[in-house]
Amino acid sequence: MLRILFAVLGVVATLVQGHAMAQEKTDLTVAAPWEVASYDPAVSGFAFQRLQIMENLVDADVDGTLRPGLATSWSVSEDGLAWTFKLRSGVTFHDGSLFNASSATKSLNRAWQQPGILKKAPITGISGSDGSVVITLDRPFTSLPALLTHATTIISSPTSFDENANPVALIGTGPFKVKSFTPPQSMTLVRNENYWGVASKLTSITYLASGRAETRALLAESGDADMVFTLDPSGFARLENVESIDTVALPIPRVVTLKINASHPFLSDVRARKALSMAIDRDGIAAAITRFPESASSQLFPPALNIWHDRNLESLDHDTGAARAMLADLGWKAGSDGILQRDGERFSILLRTYPDRPELPLIAAALQDQWGDIGVDLDVSVANYSEIPAGHQDGTLHVALYARNYGLTPDPIGTVLADFGSGGGDWGAMGWDNAVVAKALETISATRDKAVRNESIQKVVHALHSELPVIPIVWYQHTVAVADGLENVAIDPLERSYGLSIISWEN
Amino acid sequence: MSLSILWSGPTVSASFHGRTDDSIDTVISVILARGLQALIVALVVGIFSFVMMKALPGDAAYRIAAGRYGYDMMDAASAEIVRAELGLDQPWLVQLADWISTLARFDLGNSLVYGTPVIDNITVQLGYSLLLAAGAVLTSLLIALPVGIAAGLRPGGLMDRASLGLSVLLRAIPFFALGILLILVFAIRLDLLPVAGFRGFKYLVLPSLTLGLGLAAVSNRVVRDAVADAMSAEWRIFARTKGLSAQFTMFRHVLRNAALPVVAYVGVQLALLIEGVVIVETVFAWPGIGHALVHAIFSRDIAMVQGTALTLGLLYVALNLSIDLACRGIDPRTRAAGQMGSGP
Repeated sequence: MLRILFAVLGVVATLVQGHAMAQEKTDLTVAAPWEVASYDPAVSGFAFQRLQIMENLVDADVDGTLRPGLATSWSVSEDGLAWTFKLRSGVTFHDGSLFNASSATKSLNRAWQQPGILKKAPITGISGSDGSVVITLDRPFTSLPALLTHATTIISSPTSFDENANPVALIGTGPFKVKSFTPPQSMTLVRNENYWGVASKLTSITYLASGRAETRALLAESGDADMVFTLDPSGFARLENVESIDTVALPIPRVVTLKINASHPFLSDVRARKALSMAIDRDGIAAAITRFPESASSQLFPPALNIWHDRNLESLDHDTGAARAMLADLGWKAGSDGILQRDGERFSILLRTYPDRPELPLIAAALQDQWGDIGVDLDVSVANYSEIPAGHQDGTLHVALYARNYGLTPDPIGTVLADFGSGGGDWGAMGWDNAVVAKALETISATRDKAVRNESIQKVVHALHSELPVIPIVWYQHTVAVADGLENVAIDPLERSYGLSIISWEN
Repeated sequence: MSLSILWSGPTVSASFHGRTDDSIDTVISVILARGLQALIVALVVGIFSFVMMKALPGDAAYRIAAGRYGYDMMDAASAEIVRAELGLDQPWLVQLADWISTLARFDLGNSLVYGTPVIDNITVQLGYSLLLAAGAVLTSLLIALPVGIAAGLRPGGLMDRASLGLSVLLRAIPFFALGILLILVFAIRLDLLPVAGFRGFKYLVLPSLTLGLGLAAVSNRVVRDAVADAMSAEWRIFARTKGLSAQFTMFRHVLRNAALPVVAYVGVQLALLIEGVVIVETVFAWPGIGHALVHAIFSRDIAMVQGTALTLGLLYVALNLSIDLACRGIDPRTRAAGQMGSGP
């Protein structure tokens, strides 16, 4: 009976669909987990950038090479303290107002005052005149153009703000403009007919934020969404077998990392951190939890980060026996309950993590088990991720597990400097200071000599690998489901763009 | 509104007015009593939600910064910027007084996380939640009424036992699993309905069905009991004995009496739905108020939490009022309570 019902309904559905398919398709639906609820570029800029509503002065290819965006060229003064960005002329915002030095300066100054990527550079002022923007620094910072590719530096029109400078509209210069916005779940966009660059073949885009990975996989499978970003392992496996869908998994510079409080008496000796690292079965975690066996991290920075990844580095091995021996050398002895003890203290520590990335609590549980094997008692606290910077600031943190993105900009120096520079960082080293690394990082951010820069990067990479202020666990794979029939799909490992302006449907 | 007007209710209904005037008076007194309730609810809910949000562990500036900037951009420096911007280091009482004085100007303030006016968010989200709630209740009634009445007319019969079994089964499936199951059948296998989102009426069907099936699983039993009770009541047998036809007795007496508990129960269900069945909203990417409230609590968006709680509180008062009035409409005995000796 049920089978007959299915068959009848199936025929009806085919008829309805056949009718719809007759017209040429120029619309596209994107589904992703990220909710968009604010007009503020500092809060939701990532979405406005990915959907190409707003653009940056500097753009980047999928391989991270910088290319002109709203600025056609840029140069730096001899002393390295003043960067000049020459702006593209003849560009208008979606409401018809003109893009010029004044509007660019307004957006960038706001971005600089708000929390965002520009806080990572030693900026002293942003001004504009005669079709260019000048950014002054108090010391040389060679990767400033790379920072201007970040979502928090997108340019919105002055008319996007009310009289109190609150963002109230989404008006940019990109190939798509906003038609409707239903926070936090959806947006519809239409093609910007006056776009300065090559016009998109797509006429309308729908963005749907769907927090549940199950729903996203079903959206892809049913064809309700044509591009679906960030799939869970089981959804990805299921979609691999669906004929009408191509699945893509791309390594991205995001790393599941353990932050270690190196000022904690149990963890201050580098051998203790090494032992904890050796006790981790990265291959097991990569195979069973993230389900990409090749994503077990052999070092902190993944291959996608080019020169920050050193192929010749000895990989972080799993060796429970050696880990036990190392802790024994440090004076730890197993107590009656199997947990290590030293001077009457149990080796009991607390790990903080958060559920926003669903694999993190699972990895935390695996660590609890694997460290249990070497006699370390690990408690896990799954809470809001702000508990990690809070714990860094008040010194109460022992270890924290999180996913760190070293690919915020094509050049990771801003993030690496914040994480491992002098004094450490909320999402990086804690109680660990290495003068050589701090100096090398200063050199990397300031020098224009490529050889010197590369040599300093090597120094940093090696020091982080041997001293383990943070312990890497797995590298991320960016997973995408793409409907059959889409052409010119380019998946950006830096997640800066969905590439919608160049995508089209096959005829 | 003054108290003396409110307390005038019982006096009026006890006087010997004509029947029509009297029912209007009782209606007014119900409305006034609920109006005062609304005012008290607004203040109490606003203050309580403020105090509860403040009592939650964790530094609000850090939580708000996390909600705004995401884990890639949030750090201690951004939390301090938030603290300074929102004046979170001010004493509690100053912050609460701020909110009350803004509220007195009929302004719910701006979301601390998104910067958008709270009232705008609530209008959109409440609209979607009400739409979904209406869809769900309608679906549940379409299922529960025929099934419940059929079962109640023959207690212990095949229909009664089958519907009991199905109800238990449906109630045992969590909304989350039921939703996914319905998507798999209707959106994937049959390709008849969309999976999630809200781009037209057909997007309402699956979430309504998910909630409606769950609600009907209980409400069909309420209908069944009410009908079974009414069918075995002495007044029904009397009505039949005095010569009224089976059909007339059914519509005029049985269903009317059975409707009372059912309407009251539907009211309870509606309240539950408006609050949002968060998991259903999340599965179907439905921009409802429950989903928004949960996110607001996570990121300590106090203005959003207060505004949402206030709106929901007022909505419950309105809902209670409508249920009261509906029951009054159905049941003539309450209308005539003041008139001695007059029966139905």
